[in-house]
Parts: sequence; structure tokens; C-alpha cells
Amino acid sequence: MTGFSAFSGFRRAVRLWFVPREIRAEGTTPDYRFSLANERTFLAWLRTALALIGGGFAVDQFLPDLRWGWRVGLALALLTTGVLCSLRAVNHWVRVERAMRRGEDLPVSRFPALLAVVVAVVAVAMAVVVLLGWEG
Amino acid sequence: MREERDPGLQPERTRLAWRRTTLACTVAAVLAAKTALAGGPSVTRVVMCAVCAALWLGFLAVAQSRIRALAAPRPAALTPRTAGAAALCTVALAVCAAALVL
Repeated sequence: MTGFSAFSGFRRAVRLWFVPREIRAEGTTPDYRFSLANERTFLAWLRTALALIGGGFAVDQFLPDLRWGWRVGLALALLTTGVLCSLRAVNHWVRVERAMRRGEDLPVSRFPALLAVVVAVVAVAMAVVVLLGWEG
Repeated sequence: MREERDPGLQPERTRLAWRRTTLACTVAAVLAAKTALAGGPSVTRVVMCAVCAALWLGFLAVAQSRIRALAAPRPAALTPRTAGAAALCTVALAVCAAALVL
């Protein structure tokens, strides 16, 4: 996917957040069980986001001996990931809902892989910082 | 007339998913309150704590209204407004967190 089509796709999706009737107007209403499954997936992503935000608070609160830069850096990394995760949760939910209404294939996404890489990097950084830089 | 029961218990599972998510939000809000009040009480910190509490209440209200809607035999799909409101509370909580951490 090129950057431009990703951007225009994103803009269209954001418009759908605020003009919900446009979703209803498209295609046919899917079986309510599919919509509920999509809703649960959305909630699972939202919980992931909340866990990341909780992790950000935890880094700030429970690693007080860490140097300020590292502590704030790690906390902000987790919080930013949490924000991205929750925005993506809504976006993905809208896209899946629309695909189901139109009878299209469900959208694929590389976000889960990116999230996994980010979480792994933060985890390794945290382990290294806690082991080596405890006293700053 | 008895309504047909969904053998997959989809509405119940969705309701429990909302409950789990509310619980996760509660944990994040409690951590936020702890962070806000950790550095001793000041006006800014108490206000931040109140904002986080309000966000938690907002999420609770969204979840509760959706859980009530899910009690119908064939519940309507989630509306983008509800989904957006839940995500907005999460994002706002993260923004508060960033403000508190810095």
C-alpha cells in the first residue's frame, strides 16, 4: 500500500467515525452475531490499549529510582503505543463493519506485528535499564 | 412468545467483554489517581485526579448503556458514536497520564 492511498483510506475511515449513517447506508446488515464478534474484537484491542496505559503509569510509579529520562521515556513510549492502539481499535472496527456490510474480505493489517515489535523493544529496553541503570 | 436463544451466547460474551474492559479501565484510573496524588496534594494534581475520575465515570456510563442495549434478544450493532466515546475516554486517560508523568 502506498503512503497516499493509506492516507486517503485513513481520511475516509475517520469520516465514517463521525458520520455513522454512512455505514448503515452501505450494503446489507450482517448477522448480528458477526457484529457482536467485531465488537468484542474492538473491546479486546481497547483492553490492550488500557493495559499499555496502565503500564505507562506503572513505570512512572514503581521504578522511582530510575533516571528521569529513562523513566519518562519508557512511560511515554507505552502511553503513545496505548493511544495508537485505541485509535486503531476504532478504525479497524469501522473497516471490518463496512467490509461485512459490503460482503468484502476483512481488511488485513500489519498493526499487530508492529505492536508486537514495539512491545518487545520496550520490554528489552526496560530489562536492560532496570538491570544496568538502577542507580542512574 | 419466547424469544429464540442464541446457542453461542454472543450477547452474554459481548456483555462480559464490556465488563472486562471496564475493569481494565478501572485499573488504569486507579493507577492514574495514585500517580496524581503521589507528589503531595496541590491544586493541579487534585484537578488531574478529578479529570481521571470523570473519564472513568464516562467510560462506565458508555459501558453500562451498551450492556443495557445488549439485553435485547437480537441486539443492534455497536454504533460508531459508542465505540468512539469509549476510545476517546481511553485516549484522554493516556493524555492525562502523559501530563502527569512529565
